[in-house]
Amino acid sequence: MGLPPLPIPEDNPQTPEKVALGERLFRDVRFSSTGTVACAKCHVPEGSLTDSPLQVSEGVNGLTGTRNAPTVWNAAYNRTQFWDGRSSSLEDQAMHPFLNPVEMAVPDYDWLLEIVRGDRNYVRAFRRVFGVQPEQITMKEVTQAIAAFERTKISGNSPFDRWYFGGEEDAVSDAAKRGFEVFIGQGRCVSCHTIEQDHALFTDHRFHNIGVGMNEVEDAIPELTRAFLVAKARGVDVDAEVLSNPKTSHLGRFAVTEDLSEVGAFKTPTLRNVAVTAPYMHDGSLATLREVVEHYNNGGVTPAGAPVSAYLSGGIRPLGLTEQQMDDLVAFMEALTSPEVQAALDATRTTQVAGGNR
Amino acid sequence: MMSFDRRRFLKSASAAGIGGLLPMSLVRLSFGQENDSFTFGYISDSHIQQIRGNEFVRNWDRGLTRAVAEMNLLEPKPDFVVFGGDLAQLGTRAELDHGMEMLSKLDYKLYGVMGEHDYYLDLGEYWSELFGDHYYSFDHKGVHFVVLNSVLTYDEWTYERWESAERRMAEMAGLDNPNGSPFMVGERQREWLKQDLARVPRTTPIVVFSHSPLQKIYKGWNFWTEDAEEVQAILAPFEKVNVIYGHVHQIQYNQIGSIAFNSVMATAWPWPYPSTYAHSGSHVPVLTVPMNRADPFNERDATGWQFVNLHTGRVDMTYTLYDNKNRTVAFNAATGRPEDVDFQRPSARIPPQHHY
Repeated sequence: MGLPPLPIPEDNPQTPEKVALGERLFRDVRFSSTGTVACAKCHVPEGSLTDSPLQVSEGVNGLTGTRNAPTVWNAAYNRTQFWDGRSSSLEDQAMHPFLNPVEMAVPDYDWLLEIVRGDRNYVRAFRRVFGVQPEQITMKEVTQAIAAFERTKISGNSPFDRWYFGGEEDAVSDAAKRGFEVFIGQGRCVSCHTIEQDHALFTDHRFHNIGVGMNEVEDAIPELTRAFLVAKARGVDVDAEVLSNPKTSHLGRFAVTEDLSEVGAFKTPTLRNVAVTAPYMHDGSLATLREVVEHYNNGGVTPAGAPVSAYLSGGIRPLGLTEQQMDDLVAFMEALTSPEVQAALDATRTTQVAGGNR
Repeated sequence: MMSFDRRRFLKSASAAGIGGLLPMSLVRLSFGQENDSFTFGYISDSHIQQIRGNEFVRNWDRGLTRAVAEMNLLEPKPDFVVFGGDLAQLGTRAELDHGMEMLSKLDYKLYGVMGEHDYYLDLGEYWSELFGDHYYSFDHKGVHFVVLNSVLTYDEWTYERWESAERRMAEMAGLDNPNGSPFMVGERQREWLKQDLARVPRTTPIVVFSHSPLQKIYKGWNFWTEDAEEVQAILAPFEKVNVIYGHVHQIQYNQIGSIAFNSVMATAWPWPYPSTYAHSGSHVPVLTVPMNRADPFNERDATGWQFVNLHTGRVDMTYTLYDNKNRTVAFNAATGRPEDVDFQRPSARIPPQHHY
């Protein structure tokens, strides 16, 4: 409940075998230079499909990237992937972390495909799913299987959905209901985190500079943009550049489009399950939902009174919310957690507690 | 002069609609050389407005601040920047000072054009301390630039009719105001213009900056210059004349004889209200393709800034438009007039939204 029909590419239909294969690939740590990092390291399937509570993700040899891992939950609905939208599909997205030097850092795709072709279980699964011989397995089949697995990770049915779309009056608290009024009213949140008549993805799929990270780079933006453009024109890999250089990372959508009005702009993320994916924003710089709300209430600056970025999106302005309204907004966002996500997290916690008692 | 091939390359790059930063950067990087081709930036109509004391309208401040910051990112760097008038809302020192403080962050030489909101409080006196002469000319890389003060009006209206300077300013700031008065360049300035152009060869590209259109579009909003025909007659003998004006807060372009007209966007707010706002018929100037939307959420929607490429001696104007598709209005040598690179054909336009 609360989700639109799932878009599935015509050339990559879902089958149970393909999804199972995709999950195995997703969890396979061998696809990294150190044999320790799988997709599942930063997108933990037993829970939020992020690496919460890490601020930014950790790849091979403890190397850190520059961005907070976005959840895979409902990523199937995203029109673009990554915080800056530099990838147009789940299939394409899956190509990049393997090679990125601060993520999985494999030398090249052949290196990875050798592992797949040399694994009897994989060979059998690829033959059954794609009808290919070992030497015919390419990254296309690998990423299609991973994407198919990711397309099973959709979650609606949150307390909010049961209340708003299902008419179940006591599904959410009064605070959450008041928070929803702020969300669609004075808070102006809904302008970007959109809600439709019969479903809600809580994203406009667009890119906005909301002032996050700008304090660190504001004065250096002219040098950074120039240096980046020169590097890009000389063929530097954008994916590697934005994840290895924290300052370049803050250029956001500009790094993809080179549009001057998109400096520091990042994709509007969904708010579904947001309560379990802390910390927040592209750089993970805000620890709690309350801090996020305050950032917006300040007109796109943290801490309050810090200089406003010159590149700030025109939608961001001081909101004048009361403490109560901000608390209510947080309560609203806490009502967006899907039961399957909550259950997975609870199960993980129970296991940990049990392990601790042993 | 650049070679034909290079010119053709630039032209096709812009004809392909790759607006914004990219094509010029790549051209410069791939050719790796300086040449006579140059660009200049244009920011206009910021309407900086004082509320009280140090408090100014935040929205207008953001518009100018953002345009200045983004202008500083242009590659290759523009040779200079023009501010097209209406820096202030009511012409006060506080407003002009505050606006100039933001403009001073530009990395480039700045030229000023007088707007009526800068002028009618003290008749441009304080503006002069910041920007210099009300009208002047200069030469740059083979192009002759002329800056006119086109917002003058009848002496009786200016000097005798109003009991106070504040009242005069307020009357001129109104739209559809029966107490208003049409803009004009005036006889003295037209004489100066004749003399200024007397020494310029007919083949030299001329670029004229004025605040109001040096053509007659809509009198009620002073999208109008009363002596436009007389000014056009002085400019007409030159082969390549380009007039760039502010005031209208929207994209307009037109061709009259050898004179190409281009307007620039405001950083403050758009005119006219987009067609989605006009539930009944509006007096939209005939030259205008209405803005296809204005998003009340996004304060910068339907505002912007622009840069001009003069590589052919004609104005190719690229508009940076927020949360919208950037646009380029370039001179089409085949048709002999400025045209929108992407949206000239009606079938290529994005239809306005008709549901609310």
